[in-house]
Amino acid sequence: MRNTQATNLIFELSQPGRSGVCLAASDVPKQDPAEWFPAGALATSAPPLPEISEPDVVRHFTNLSTLNMSVDTHYYPLGSCTMKYNPKRNERIAAFDGLAQIHPYQPAETVQGMLQILYGLQDMLAEISGLPVVSLQPAAGAHGELAALMLAAAYYRERGEKRTTVLAPDSAHGTNPASARMAGFDFVTIPSCSDGRVDIEKLKEHLNDQTAVFMITNPSTLGLFDDQVQEISDLVHDVGGLIYLDGANMNAILGITRPGDFGADMMHFNPHKTFSGPHGGGGPGAGPICVTAELGAYLPKPIVGFDDSSQTYFLDNDRPKSIGRVRSFFGNVGVLVRAYSYILSHGPVGLKRIAENAVLNANYLLSQVKGFLDVPLGNRCMHEFVASAESIGKQNGLNQPAMDIAKRLLDYGYHPPTVYFPLTVHEAMMMEPTETESKQTLDAFAKTLKAIVQESPEVLAAAPHSTIISRPDEVQAARKPILKWTPKQD
Amino acid sequence: MPYVFNTDDEQAEMLAAIGAASIEELFECIPQDMQLKRALNIPAGLGEMELTAHLQALSVQNKSINEQTCFLGGGSYDHFVPAVVDALASRGEFYTSYTPYQPEVSQGNLQVMFEYQTLICQLTGMDVSNASLYDGGTAAAEAMLMAMSVTRRNKKVVVASSVHPEYRQILKTYFACIGSEMVIVDCGTGTTPVEAIAQVVDEDTAAVLIQNPNFFGNVEDVTLISEIAHAQGALLVCSVDPISLGILQRPGDAGVDIVVAEGQSLGTPLLYGGPYLGIMACRESFVRRLPGRIAGETVDRDDKQCWVLTLQTREQHIRREKATSNICTNQGLFALRAAIYLSLMGPQGMQDVANLCTQKAHYAAEQLTQHDRFELAFSDGFFKEFVVRDTQNDVQQLLQQACENNILAGLPLGQWYDELEDCLLITITEKRTKQEIDELVNVLTQ
Amino acid sequence: MNAEELMYCPTHEWVSTTGENGETIATIGISAFAVEQLTDLVYMELPDVGNQVVAGQEFGEVESVKAVSPMYSPVSGEVIAVNDELTDQLETLNDDPYTAGWIMKVKLSGVLPDNLLDFAAYQKQCAESS
Repeated sequence: MRNTQATNLIFELSQPGRSGVCLAASDVPKQDPAEWFPAGALATSAPPLPEISEPDVVRHFTNLSTLNMSVDTHYYPLGSCTMKYNPKRNERIAAFDGLAQIHPYQPAETVQGMLQILYGLQDMLAEISGLPVVSLQPAAGAHGELAALMLAAAYYRERGEKRTTVLAPDSAHGTNPASARMAGFDFVTIPSCSDGRVDIEKLKEHLNDQTAVFMITNPSTLGLFDDQVQEISDLVHDVGGLIYLDGANMNAILGITRPGDFGADMMHFNPHKTFSGPHGGGGPGAGPICVTAELGAYLPKPIVGFDDSSQTYFLDNDRPKSIGRVRSFFGNVGVLVRAYSYILSHGPVGLKRIAENAVLNANYLLSQVKGFLDVPLGNRCMHEFVASAESIGKQNGLNQPAMDIAKRLLDYGYHPPTVYFPLTVHEAMMMEPTETESKQTLDAFAKTLKAIVQESPEVLAAAPHSTIISRPDEVQAARKPILKWTPKQD
Repeated sequence: MPYVFNTDDEQAEMLAAIGAASIEELFECIPQDMQLKRALNIPAGLGEMELTAHLQALSVQNKSINEQTCFLGGGSYDHFVPAVVDALASRGEFYTSYTPYQPEVSQGNLQVMFEYQTLICQLTGMDVSNASLYDGGTAAAEAMLMAMSVTRRNKKVVVASSVHPEYRQILKTYFACIGSEMVIVDCGTGTTPVEAIAQVVDEDTAAVLIQNPNFFGNVEDVTLISEIAHAQGALLVCSVDPISLGILQRPGDAGVDIVVAEGQSLGTPLLYGGPYLGIMACRESFVRRLPGRIAGETVDRDDKQCWVLTLQTREQHIRREKATSNICTNQGLFALRAAIYLSLMGPQGMQDVANLCTQKAHYAAEQLTQHDRFELAFSDGFFKEFVVRDTQNDVQQLLQQACENNILAGLPLGQWYDELEDCLLITITEKRTKQEIDELVNVLTQ
Repeated sequence: MNAEELMYCPTHEWVSTTGENGETIATIGISAFAVEQLTDLVYMELPDVGNQVVAGQEFGEVESVKAVSPMYSPVSGEVIAVNDELTDQLETLNDDPYTAGWIMKVKLSGVLPDNLLDFAAYQKQCAESS
């Protein structure tokens, strides 16, 4: 009983003369704006937006929301994205007037509570990462990477070193090379060994006095902890380079090991993943970065400081070596407040249990699927693992078996794993159950997956069968892009 | 309390299935000397009741805009947010979903992205919009990088000093790494001096960045500046206030090539500065250089209209070091808020809200400058913000006095502009009443 | 053009040359094998007329939905013509990669590089890689 009228495009619901708001008349003497502005500055008509009543707006967006899978409604083992439960308490807290209804340019004495939260978060992230100086400013993980690489560039400039190259393994997120280029570096990909670890010999070949930063995701995007990380750090440090840790997978190691203790000089957190800020249909996130004491001076400014003499918090802009701003105002504060709240909900014992159970759940799921899906990188993993549907495809004559299985999972009410990433595994299906799923959910998912791989190739290739649309034609979408609605020509 | 639901018995069953003796064994891949072996030194975990009380206590230490009257702006605005926006955007199906990698079960989010893109094009008069970036400041930086890619000019850009100072600081940070020159054109008279732009824009210039209304609230001659930029083959990038487009000429109709904006005004609360919404829209021919996610229309296997993420080869996950940007996420939740807001407002609502802002702002400016102590710093036409000079040069005392009367009187400009040390930027949104404005004038002239 | 009479790069571009007014003009495209491997092309970025291209270096890109592949010039010289119609009619590359699907014409500066493969050698390379 879908309401298909309400989910027509909002523009098709428009009726001339209708409105969803009614603003009060002005209570000041009315004047003619034409007298204030130069000729041509005023529009000749109002912007051609749709005209919709309030109930129609409500019905439209409410019905649209039901066309999404979400963590609140479905199991969502999307590898590398850490789709864990988003506690409702954090939503209520973040909406408190004193946290949501404050202006970024209010005087510090009127926002001491907020500054205390942010200061507290800086401290807690420093402790969790083992890296003492923190900037909360970057707006997303990729933005944190970029800020850190800019910081590295500033550090080398100050030392009078001209280092040109950033390196990362072939399993790295695409943001790593893209960030490196935006920060003005050349990028070199280092191959991984067949066991998923960094190929140390290949790394050595590329390390030299031009090496600026080696970016490593550890645990890696393959769900493995690279136990060579200390050796890698030593090698990079020996040539004068820095280690950047992509913190995408921190959920696996909270309270167990710390990047600062295994050689990292800089890292970012993804609080929307590790500390459960909701993903918002693709954002917002945040990308706080933590660095060594030596690099701290270069962090974006401001950071939150505490003045002992007056016992007050303040925005510290007096940081002459800082790379400057990477974002306007303080940062994605709403996401940071949720992270603070989430960390405080757990405490040291709880954070460690997150990591333990994320890893337990992933290993358990691995144990349940390895009987019918190849898991090329072994029987153990951290918080996620990468299966391969390649052999299923060969048996069944399917060209893109990972895609077909993913689509078939939709019919059974599961969001599929991440497919075709990392690039180093053919027909990759990357599964990250997270700690907030129960054994019953994992069992049911594994059972469904097992049934699916035994289904006929015809059924798989035509999947999904029960969703409101079948597979979209992405070729047409990219060949002849239609990126906005336009009125139909009669 | 962690959100972990497996009982001890279930954990034991799971370990047995894995073939591990203990959870510790699962972490054996981490060398012992790297393991922490102590508890993290952070506060002990709190139950929901204690947590809520703790944050409530911190929250009330902040003075919210519901306890005082806000005349602060400068890129973050106290506009009214209709209840419908909060009610719809807080649906879990929206805010606990992620990037629509599986279009068959993300048609809701994808259609919202497509509608958002269309609404932004309607509002700005541009051909295409992406599905959003982080915020107005980073959007401006991304636009300048994009302009360099479009024009294949990487030596130089020109930026008006009337662009938000923090946006310029972001640009400076970004440009420090790529070795391109950023020429700042001084706007000491309140708007961008057209002759000065003409002097510095040359055939090496990739783009000119202006803001309209600018940081001082003044309206720029966008069309003329676009002609100057285009005459040298440079692009015009313009950062706009989306609320102003209820009455001001749309940038797409004034020759702007890339429009960026801080979208917070469109249905998002102040949030102490974020998360906000980076708006970016451009000419159709630049679409393959546009950063960020983009939704597009297509059909499914049964020829049914539907939406997908498209033009993905621009993006980092495919193009890696050659990507147009490293951007991965958009600000989906805030693009949703903007889409709901614009759908509710419609043409009439946007026109009304813009009119209310500018009528009230002019009233405030007139009232304030009737007193000898204050004069307008500039003579240009302004929209909802204006710069007022304290002839007694004691801005801090004024702010203090206002604060004691529960008024956030304005933004002191000396922190960014030496010559405006005795000036305040005062912002009037549709929420400010005549009574509140009179009270501001009263308090500042006591 | 006849595929068997063309020369090929190991990176799957084809080239044929003709003499015009004492100049050597090279016509360049991509092989049927490459088009098939790339599947469902959606976009092509071509050089501008007047650009200089260098043998072995990138002169443009072809995109499928989820991949981008650079095209490398088999020769060095100045681009004198570009097949603009292709970008709107990418199917042409599938239907007729060696005639209607030509991509650009280049006025050679110097001689043809000696690393180009003849049809048989190129066929062999393709067979080994698939």
